[in-house]
Amino acid sequence: MAEFRMPSLGADMEAGTLTKWLVKPGDVVRRGDLVAVVQTEKADVEVEVFTDGTVEKILVSEGEKVPVGALLATIRREGEAAEAAPAPAPAPEAGPAARTRASPAARRRAEELGIDLAGLSGSGPDGSITIADVEAATPAPAAAKPAAAPDRAAAMRRAIAAAMSRSNREIPHYYLGTEIDLGAAMRWLSEQNAARPVTERILPAALLLRSVALAAREVPEMNGFWLDGSFRPSPSVHLGVAISLSTGLVAPALHDAEKKTLGDLMKDLRDLVTRARAGTLRSSEVSDPTITVTNLGDLGVETVYGVIFPPQVALVGFGRILERPRVRNGAVQPAATVLATLSGDHRASDGHRGGIFLAAIDRLLQKPEAL
Amino acid sequence: MNEQDLRPAVLRALRKIAPEADPARIDPKESLRDQLDVDSMDFLNFLIALHEALGVDIPETDYPRLTTLDAIVEYLEQKTGRTAPPAPVA
Repeated sequence: MAEFRMPSLGADMEAGTLTKWLVKPGDVVRRGDLVAVVQTEKADVEVEVFTDGTVEKILVSEGEKVPVGALLATIRREGEAAEAAPAPAPAPEAGPAARTRASPAARRRAEELGIDLAGLSGSGPDGSITIADVEAATPAPAAAKPAAAPDRAAAMRRAIAAAMSRSNREIPHYYLGTEIDLGAAMRWLSEQNAARPVTERILPAALLLRSVALAAREVPEMNGFWLDGSFRPSPSVHLGVAISLSTGLVAPALHDAEKKTLGDLMKDLRDLVTRARAGTLRSSEVSDPTITVTNLGDLGVETVYGVIFPPQVALVGFGRILERPRVRNGAVQPAATVLATLSGDHRASDGHRGGIFLAAIDRLLQKPEAL
Repeated sequence: MNEQDLRPAVLRALRKIAPEADPARIDPKESLRDQLDVDSMDFLNFLIALHEALGVDIPETDYPRLTTLDAIVEYLEQKTGRTAPPAPVA
């Protein structure tokens, strides 16, 4: 029997609220199917399942907040026998030794609210008391609902604060920057877009992302995680894209960015931004980024000095694409350029490799037709 | 369809990229990017929404003309050839 557990959807996530089940016992699921919605401090995330099979048991009720790793459901793999029907529940024991069935989260919530669990009847599995049962028993309005907008904004701020504080506390950052001539890239992009309908146009951001993905494949020290005292390179480039929201910031992944065509990457980027702003990101997108890109050029920012998202080891920043004076053949000429920066984790790489990485981005952008 | 028809269509397209924006508070002569904190992806989605609603395909070379609400409506009038009929001569 496969176990479906509360995933970790961020470096500092400790718990999540299961706000909605998208499946029920008996439903057939395939790897990658969306089975639940989990509310974290940063976002509502649609959680995927990583097993083929049939949902056997739902073990956590909607509205219940449980720690990362908590068992949410069991999934019967193909060929496995269904669990035997549970034996009838024994009659409640009399006397003070009787123990009320309640999840740890429900117990904590009951303590917070001053509720005696013994007086409650449970609606969870096998009659266990859930957070929703506890909150329904209080005279105050039930709190097992998505947080209101100001609360969400504050919660997201706390999550960002925790991740960024950890980054600055644990990661010895080094910073490199370079000015990249985008003349060829912008001319090529203009030609491409002139021949494309508006629905298929490519933004310069997609070119930049593609160049980072390919460079990360060339310099693997930039692509992966620092975990348990060592660097673990990732075999694929899952490019985190920093996306601003009204409540803060998320950086979900464009999966396998190094393997996608530029057109597909643009299509996926548009979809990712749309879903991030609609609050429908998927769990793998939240948990998988191996390197992050933040692009603040639209705001007029010229240079980005980014903070690495732990446990990643590198962040690439792009500023505004601008006509700047460049010297060519001894003459000053205007050229479209962008200031690219690398924030690197000195535990995983050194400035020398970081320089090679930035140079690879530059080189790749000089041949946009090959991206 | 004339200016009176195009303006609501533009506002509907804007609502898709900035649902929190109050159309009554948009200054038609001020930069939309500045007023609505629109980035390049939002702007592309806005153009796609216009394309879906009005059937217009706006080339990149015309982007610099699309700065304010008034300018966009005027551009679309020209683009679609749907200018308001001239006022009758008295």
